[in-house]
Amino acid sequence: MFARGAGVTLKVALLSAGVALLMSLLAGLGSGSRFAFVRAICRLYIQLFRAVSLLVLLFWMYFALPFAGIELSKLLSAVLAIGLNIGAYGAEIVRGSVAAVPKGQYEASIVLNLSQSQRLWRVVFPQAFVRMLPPMGNLMIELLKATSLIYFITLADLTYEAMILRNNYYIWTPYIFGMLLGIYFLLAACITMAIRILERKFTAWR
Amino acid sequence: MWDWSYAAEILPGLLKAFRNTIGAALAGFGLAVVIGLVLAMFARSRWGPVRWVIRSIVEFIRSTPLLVQLFFLYYSLPMLTPLSFSAFATGVLGLGLHYGTYLSEVYRSGIEAVPRGQWEAAKALNLSRVKTWFSVILPQAIPPVIPMMGNYLIVIVKETPTLSAITLVEVLLSAKNTASITYRVFEPYTIAGILFLLLSLVLSFGVSRMEKIMKRRYAG
Repeated sequence: MFARGAGVTLKVALLSAGVALLMSLLAGLGSGSRFAFVRAICRLYIQLFRAVSLLVLLFWMYFALPFAGIELSKLLSAVLAIGLNIGAYGAEIVRGSVAAVPKGQYEASIVLNLSQSQRLWRVVFPQAFVRMLPPMGNLMIELLKATSLIYFITLADLTYEAMILRNNYYIWTPYIFGMLLGIYFLLAACITMAIRILERKFTAWR
Repeated sequence: MWDWSYAAEILPGLLKAFRNTIGAALAGFGLAVVIGLVLAMFARSRWGPVRWVIRSIVEFIRSTPLLVQLFFLYYSLPMLTPLSFSAFATGVLGLGLHYGTYLSEVYRSGIEAVPRGQWEAAKALNLSRVKTWFSVILPQAIPPVIPMMGNYLIVIVKETPTLSAITLVEVLLSAKNTASITYRVFEPYTIAGILFLLLSLVLSFGVSRMEKIMKRRYAG
């Protein structure tokens, strides 16, 4: 039971992490764009999706949107809601890390006559990336925790399976929830470890 | 798709439930402020094992979902202990414990920003441990981090819909109940979403105002 639930949790977590990372990259880099229009859109996205409550957003996407003619499957609404919400937080991390790269680096790349894309991808981003890793790791743990909310739209994730187990073996309730907490803790520990390894790898040149 | 008269009809009920949301969020925040402070102070204990235990508790609570913690508190605690709390009390306790661990980190950053000399001066003046904390360190450590704590109030407000899982009738559950009576789903959920959006935008405006005031007072 737990294994099956863990599979669903991992699937939703990985897919929504993909959406979240993509959105944070787009909106994070976009909010430093030269074009005021792009900047405005990115700011709007970040402000809006940081201000909504994730659970309400999830309910709205799954239950209310079909009435507006947009029907999303459980999995798709879960992935979109979590991905868009976490992505807005991630965008702030990306924006902050890019802004923290010293100005001299920009000036140096202009002096070296690097093109715009070279400047971004060869000079600025690699330095910003290292700064992003620790807060992104924390954000991914938040994302993992957020996947437990898909229980509300009856996606059979870890939490959902635990509730079913609990209905069948009522007297074991404390052990079931204790184990559930333990599994989430282990999954989070894996994320922490992965980020640490990445960090070591990408700071090796220092 | 959007029916104004229906929206107007269900709005009072939703607003009433929204009061529950705000009440639970404020109580949870209050508890988190206290728990966070206790955790932050014990995390600087003189005894290594105490520090280790506190760090492990914080790490564990921070990396498990609030929803599961609420289930544990609401359904297992009465079976393990003679204690049993109402949905509201459990919700407040869950929010307080969960965000207490986050706030302890906020306090930590404030405490670490107090210059070492302050600790040494307190020692030189032969102040007791309690006196050092409450008369010297905390009055300097807390005010600069108040805006950061405000940010967590916003996070807590946005997390209160989770309490509907343990049958606390807050805005989301009330919207769900309304929808199940009338079979009209779009308006109640949209109104619930807008209520949260408005509240968190207002709060974050307040926090950024406070940030400016604090900056003027402490960096100027």
